[in-house]
Parts: sequence; C-alpha cells; structure tokens
Amino acid sequence: MLTYAIRRLVLSIPTLLFISFVIFMLLQLAPGDPMAQVPLTVPPEVKQKMREALGVGEPALVQYWKWLVQVFWIEPKVFIDWLTRDSWLLGWLPDTHLYNGQLRVISWQTRSPVMDIVLQRIPQTLWVVGLSYVVGVLIALPIGIYSAYRQYSVFDQAGTFITMVGFSIPPFFTGPLLIVIFSVYLGWFPSIYDTTHVVHDWASFKVQLMQMIMPVMVLAFQTTAQLSRYMRASMLDNLNQDYVRTARAKGLSEAVVVMVHVLRNSMIPVITVIALGVPAIFGGAIITENVFKVNGIGQLLITALFANDLPMVMTLTFIFAVLIVVFNLIADILYGLLDPRIRYD
Amino acid sequence: MTEPVPASPAPIEALRDKGPDKPPRSKWKDVWSQFRKHKGAMVGAFFLLFITLGVLLGPYLWTLDPQALDIRAKDMRPIYTALWNSTAKVSWAHPLGSDQLGRDNLSQLIAGGRASMAVGWAAMILSLVIGAGIGVLAGYFKKLDGPLMRLTDLFLSLPILPLLLVAVTLFRQPLRASFGPEGGMFILIVTVVGITSWMPTARIVRGDVLALKEREFVLAARSIGTKPFQIIKRHLLPNVLSPIMVSATLGLATAIITESALSFLGVGFPSDFPTWGKMLADAVARMEDFPERVILPGIAISLTVLGVNYLGDGLRDALDPRIRGR
Repeated sequence: MLTYAIRRLVLSIPTLLFISFVIFMLLQLAPGDPMAQVPLTVPPEVKQKMREALGVGEPALVQYWKWLVQVFWIEPKVFIDWLTRDSWLLGWLPDTHLYNGQLRVISWQTRSPVMDIVLQRIPQTLWVVGLSYVVGVLIALPIGIYSAYRQYSVFDQAGTFITMVGFSIPPFFTGPLLIVIFSVYLGWFPSIYDTTHVVHDWASFKVQLMQMIMPVMVLAFQTTAQLSRYMRASMLDNLNQDYVRTARAKGLSEAVVVMVHVLRNSMIPVITVIALGVPAIFGGAIITENVFKVNGIGQLLITALFANDLPMVMTLTFIFAVLIVVFNLIADILYGLLDPRIRYD
Repeated sequence: MTEPVPASPAPIEALRDKGPDKPPRSKWKDVWSQFRKHKGAMVGAFFLLFITLGVLLGPYLWTLDPQALDIRAKDMRPIYTALWNSTAKVSWAHPLGSDQLGRDNLSQLIAGGRASMAVGWAAMILSLVIGAGIGVLAGYFKKLDGPLMRLTDLFLSLPILPLLLVAVTLFRQPLRASFGPEGGMFILIVTVVGITSWMPTARIVRGDVLALKEREFVLAARSIGTKPFQIIKRHLLPNVLSPIMVSATLGLATAIITESALSFLGVGFPSDFPTWGKMLADAVARMEDFPERVILPGIAISLTVLGVNYLGDGLRDALDPRIRGR
C-alpha cells in the first residue's frame, strides 16, 4: 500500500508538469498585450523594461521555466515565512527569512503577487462552496440510505425523481430562479453575497446566514443529486448480500444491520466519490459564484480571463489541476485502505 | 429370439423437442419491449422528439423572424399574464411576449433551441467518435493501451470548465475571422466540448473491448485471417454499441448544459444570435420585471436535459441483458 502510494505520488509529478506545460503553451497563443493600456507617450525602451519586469518578452520556454521556479521554489518560501511569522499555528517558531525579494508570480491586473490575491479569495469560496458540499453530503446520505432500504416505495420514487431533476437543472437556472422567488417576490434573502460583511454579534451572524442560504442551497442541490444516487446504488448492492442475511439470522436488530453492517460496507465507494468531488468545490462553482456575486476563486478566474491576466489564469488553472490530481490519489488510497479486498500491489 | 428393434425408436416423451412455443425474438425487439416499460424513458424520448421536431419545423409554423426588431412592441408580457394582470401589455402577435428590443420570444426560443440542439448533437457525436475510437484502439491493440489510457487519465485530471473558458476566449477571434461570427463560434464550442468530454466513453469502451477480445468468436474470426480493422468493424463495434448509446445520451445532456453555461458566462455565441443560455443570461439583469424571460429558456434547457437523462436511464436498463426480461 505504501509503495503504491509512493509510486502514484512520484508519477503525479510528471503528470502535473505536463499539464502545466500544456496550459502554459495554450496561453502563449492568447492575443492581447499587458502593455496595451500604457500611454503611447511612454518610450519603447521603457515599455520593453516594463515588459521584462512582468516577465514577458523572453522565449516561451524561458518564461515557462521561470514560472516553474516561481511557483515551486519562491512561493513555498514565502508561504513558510508567512507560517512562521503571522499564522497562529506555527507562529511560535523562530522567523525564517527564506524569501528575500525575488520576483514572484505577478498578476497583470493588479501588479501584485497572484498568491496573495488567491489567499484573499479562498475564505469566501471555502465558506460558501465548502459548506454547500458538507450540507449536500449530509442531506444526500440519509436520502440514499432510506430510499435503498425502501426500494420502489413512494419515498424512493420521489427521491429518484428529485435527484434526476437536480441532475438536469443547471445552476445558472436554479440560481436566478431562487433569486426571483426568494429575493424579489418574498424578499427573504439578499440576492447578492456581501463579502465585506463582518460577523461580530448575533444579528450580524444572522445576516451572514441569510446571505449564504441561497448559494449554498443551489450548490448543495447538485451535490445531493449526484451523491444520493451513488449511495442508493451502493446500499442496494450490499443489502442483498449473504452477510446481511447472516446478521439478521443472528438476531441483530434491523437498525444495527442497516446502519452498521450494510452502511459501513456501502460507504466505501461513496467516500471515494466524495473525495473525488472535493476539487470541484474550488473550481466548479464558477457559475454559482457568478450568479450570486460571491467574489471567490471561480469569480477571480472569470475576471482574470476577461482581463487577459495570463499569470493569474495560469496559476489558478494549475492549482485546480493539482487539486484534481491530489484528490484522485487520495480517493484511490482511501479505497484501498477502507476495503481490505482491494490490493494494489 | 429378440424383438425386432424398430427402425426409429419412439422418442421418450420428456426428451422430445417441443419446438419453440413462440417465434424467436431479436435482441432489438427485446430491448424495445423492455424500454417501453420504463415510463420515464418513454416520456423523455417523446419529449426529446417533440423538442427536436419543434425546433426543426418551428420556423415554418411560426414565421416571425427571431432577429426582427419591432421597437413599438417591446417588453410585451406573455399572453397568460392577462389572466391575473388585466393591464399587462399582451398581444396574440407575441404569445410569449417580446424582449427589450421587441424581438419575439417564441421565435427566439425556437431559434435558440435550434442552436442549442445543433451544438449538443454535434458535440456529442464528436466526443463519441473520439471516445469510441480511443477506447477500441486501446482495448484491441496492446501496444497502444498504456499510452492511450495515460492520455485519458491526463485529460480526466484537467480542470474542464476553466480550460473550456480559456480555450473559448483564446480562439474566438481567429475562428470568427475565418468562419464568420456564428459559424466560428459553432465550430469552436463543438470542438472544445467534444475534446473535453470523451474520456468516460473511452474508458467504458476499452473495458468492454478488453473482455470481448478474448471471446471465441474473435479468435475464430482471427483464425480465418480477418484483418484487425475488419474484426473491429464487424465483431467488436456492434457489441459495444449499447454502452456507446448510453454514454451518447449522457453526452448530449452535458453538451447542451456546457453550451448554455458558456453562453451564460458570456463567452458563447454573439449576442444577436439567440441560444437558450444566451437568452437566459441576457434576461437575468431584468428578471424582477420580466421573470418569464429567465424562466422560459431555463425550463426549455432543464426539460430537454431531464428528458435526455431519463432516456439514458431507460436505455441503460433496456440494453443491460441482466436486467432485461426480469
């Protein structure tokens, strides 16, 4: 198992390098010039210097190498410095002064380091999208369990229909629909997510809750639809197995049979599916963040794309790719750990 | 003296061939009878047929030009609004109302459906061809298996929606210049959706081909000297048709949704070319006053995708021999 994990980990490095190379070369084809906004009165040699300061104007391969160095060598240094200086987790350690002013990945929009902006945006995304994933999982599992236990009952039929609907209705329709119903007609919730809102007492917490309900529900609906189908199918596979009959024959109560014996076995594939869905928390919420004006990572990517901010697009897409590869690995390893029948060697 | 043995002994009753009591049925007849039992799938199939016919024949039945501006008749409400709001601006000339430039909503919906369905079908067929091709090659030729499956894994670990957005924004200008604004966008979206959604098909097809390749009929075909290409065409492809059909329906659904999502984010077709996603996106800004402009295209997308998904569900049940006949 350990050798398998190490082998996969080592294999994922060339994969990620290749993905980053493909994305980089794709972005090299992009039209547009970061100097387009600079006034024409600026002399060309100054412009050339500004270009070099942004890391443009050299051959593509050199640029790619510099980007690699910045992302894999300089950014970790900055991160370690930050950890030992400002974070509450490792702040007690002595300050490491690893970073001393090398060029980091610079956004063309704001001329500030990309990673700083990403770190500013992550809390919003994690709060809204991460919470919606948790809510979705918590709703989906009981629905899946119960509809498998009472297969073909009214609850099962209704549940299957609703998951099918959740599968089919895209978030760019449910979002506006919820806004029309709950913000416009009923006036219960605000239609725009206010990121500057600070929670300091009970009333402001209520406001925060109100503004989170709709985006969380839109995303949770999608998660629920997919996960409860998996949960139901997996429970159905296990409910007819011999060991279930044995457990019942031993005189175990129905609750123990279903909630302990069957559930534990059915959770194995479902947990890997849950792990596989985690990268989508960061990347897949582009549309929902756009609808509810949450300024998270997805919204950052969209604005960077429209503003032709290539370093930002490159770094964000690469972060998404890293997350996907890492969570694929985690899902595979979890699968092997949870199910002793799986042998990778 | 022994008894003479009759030339042909009377068969033992229990062993006698009874002969089939009903005429043999073909596989597709079985599939069809199983498919008909799935109510959701039937409704979905009929709805898909209805939508397809509607967008194909609609322009001949409702002849208003979707792009004709009629500024005097702008911001009309749908005709059913008159039921509860007698002062609403309605007219039978525009049964579903008109938008802020006076373009007729019904003909826009029909034209938008044409675009969405065309993109959906084309992208689905492209991704099927790529997926089935790669799956068959990887399953049949051992040498290609490793590289092609690594390629599939690589594509599976790409962040799809960000890359779609990147690709569409990057290649929009050159393709528009060479194929015109609508044609270029059509080619771009179909290609981009096609080459980012073939991976599940390839995996399923490869798995099935790997199993089929070891069966006796393939061995028999090879032993009489059939060329690999002929084996694939004659023996393997017909046998992997059912998983391909199931993933075709899923592919159609995802292609329609992806196209609408791109249009919604503003990187899709040009603004004077209606698609369902584009109509929805344009209407979001004024949805407080005119909710129907969001709801109508949204319902069209959702019902079509729902129909396609139910169709896929029914097809999966009908094409699975373990479920069929139960």
